Amino acid sequence: MSAASGLSGEASERSQWLADRGEIARGESREPAAERPTALDETARAEMREIIARYPEPRSALLPMLHLVQAYEGYVTPAGIEMCAEELGLAEAEVSAVATFYTMYKRRPMGEYNVGVCTNTLCAIMGGDRIWSELTEELGVGHDETTEDGKISLERVECNAACDFAPVMVVNWEFMDNQTPESARELVGKLRSGERVRSTRGPGICTWKQAARILAGFPDAHAAEGPAAGAASLAGLVLAHEKGWSAPAGGRPALGARRSDKQEDDQ
Amino acid sequence: MTTLTPVLSEYWHEEDCFTRAGYERSGGYRGLRIAMQRTPDDLVTMVKDAGLRGRGGAGFPTGMKWSFVPKNTARPTYLVVNADESEPGTCKDIPLMLASPHTLVEGTIISSYAIGAHTAFIYVRGEVLHVIRRLQDAVAEAYEAGYLGTDILGSGYDLDVVVHAGAGAYICGEETALLDSLEGRRGQPRLRPPFPAVAGLYASPTVINNVETIASVPAIVVNGVDWFRSMGSDKSPGFTLYSLSGHVTSPGQYEAPLGITLRELLEMAGGVREGHELKFWTPGGSSTPLLTAEHLDVPLDYEGVAEAGSMLGTKALQIFDDTTCVVRAVLRWVEFYKHESCGKCTPCREGFWWLVQILQRLEAGAGTEADLDKLLDLSDNIAGRSFCALADGGVAPITSSLQYFRDEYLAHFENGGCPFDPAAATLFAETAGAASL
Repeated sequence: MSAASGLSGEASERSQWLADRGEIARGESREPAAERPTALDETARAEMREIIARYPEPRSALLPMLHLVQAYEGYVTPAGIEMCAEELGLAEAEVSAVATFYTMYKRRPMGEYNVGVCTNTLCAIMGGDRIWSELTEELGVGHDETTEDGKISLERVECNAACDFAPVMVVNWEFMDNQTPESARELVGKLRSGERVRSTRGPGICTWKQAARILAGFPDAHAAEGPAAGAASLAGLVLAHEKGWSAPAGGRPALGARRSDKQEDDQ
Repeated sequence: MTTLTPVLSEYWHEEDCFTRAGYERSGGYRGLRIAMQRTPDDLVTMVKDAGLRGRGGAGFPTGMKWSFVPKNTARPTYLVVNADESEPGTCKDIPLMLASPHTLVEGTIISSYAIGAHTAFIYVRGEVLHVIRRLQDAVAEAYEAGYLGTDILGSGYDLDVVVHAGAGAYICGEETALLDSLEGRRGQPRLRPPFPAVAGLYASPTVINNVETIASVPAIVVNGVDWFRSMGSDKSPGFTLYSLSGHVTSPGQYEAPLGITLRELLEMAGGVREGHELKFWTPGGSSTPLLTAEHLDVPLDYEGVAEAGSMLGTKALQIFDDTTCVVRAVLRWVEFYKHESCGKCTPCREGFWWLVQILQRLEAGAGTEADLDKLLDLSDNIAGRSFCALADGGVAPITSSLQYFRDEYLAHFENGGCPFDPAAATLFAETAGAASL
């Protein structure tokens, strides 16, 4: 932003800001829900009821229900808002008010892969800003936009709790650690060409809709894939092993002790 | 010299430590068996005596928090685990839940039993899909083993645990905003009192604890109060995860007794990246005031860091070397707080909006010295004038950077722009430089 931006500049930035927060959905269609085809069928409704049954009070189910809407529709559609409202006895406006608050709920159709680049301070400085600028150029899209082939949506993400793996990217909320501009370009190239991509700390990356289903509380069968811990997560432990350091004696005794320097606990 | 004391992270190198079988082979769920032989009150006393303090940032004594829950109320009591790790720089709970979700599940069961809860929620941020898979799987395995559900281990005690994925909002890490979010609303903080212990989730008594706090409980139950207190200091006892990131040779998780210093941790992590000097660092995420090289020997416990004018926070040690522009760093953090302000309180919603504009102008070299006073004036009108701590945390980078690096702000407008080359601060700049040597 220019230093001496005039009133109109500020006003337009303000509306951009509101748009970023989902208060105004840019390009949002005002078409009535009924006229759009929806993937939300009676199975979806039954699954919503299953979600509601997990909670002591029905409304607690709203966030997972909105994730489920995205699992069917790819984004939070008017039909999805309507179904959530019906099932919870809420006004559609109440559901919309919640959906627009959270950045993971999208107001427009999404690509198969949502590529996030962390541009919060630490990742940005370590290279996230450079990765971001190269990817926007490579893909020809900006924040919260999708490539014309419908493959990739791009998003600037905030700190994703993986700072020891900076610069960090996420694809459909799976970690892609320790990125460089080159590895990032290669990554989106593979995603666009339909090549299978594996998370650095998880399984092969599923589609945006499949990921949303897990967030709604319907797990897939991939929990055991990927490592228990990435290299950085083990940095201290590896050093402790090298140096023979451990918690004081009696600390966390193992059954069938793996470490000879530990006393068996007789408790 | 302080050494590392891996407790939470002790078995993370085992390839199946995230499964029940792997966890139990390493002594997992022994704490649960012991706890079920004790009364809930005994467990609250044990955690109180151990001096365990909240690992989510505030450091509130956990046992005391538990004891605020009223006894024999008509309404059910809830335990909510705050797994919404989002504070910039903070990256300890996510690897913990990825590598050893059963530690959290076991801690959740023991803690729920101690406070008399029969339903517990793990509110995990949504943007960590594989962590959510591992948690869902661990909870399912715990049900299969009879550690969850009805009549747990024949004790007559019942507990259900729900893994609940958030949807992208930093503010939901604030405990009352988390409760609103868990009730299916926009995540906006509540005015206190009433405190959650009295009227929390569904206006029922509720305890909200951080992941690492809850995960520390089983080890205390197994090894006892004296063992826990043999680490750390009298007021800040125990072990904890320190997360080093940024311009450090070996970033990562370092589990040590509270009170270790950054000098010691940096030595373990191979020092600041080669050829560079430490410029500034955060002790516990971006909401804790910046510190500098003069604070290398500050004990990283609740008292020590407070005495140095900052906060221990989440022990997220973000290390920045001399290639980093402090104005750029602060601007980016403040943009984050602007983006994440929930909009409920005017000083925060509008204040960060203005702070960003001024900081952008300053970074571009078009500011004046009066802008620096305006930053402080605005900060003063934001901190302490909003419902929650986002406002206080958000101005911390501004006030602390002006305290230590006022000259660097001035240099921006004397120079007509940022005097730093952002490329020099990147990780790949280092590789490029090394390759050309």
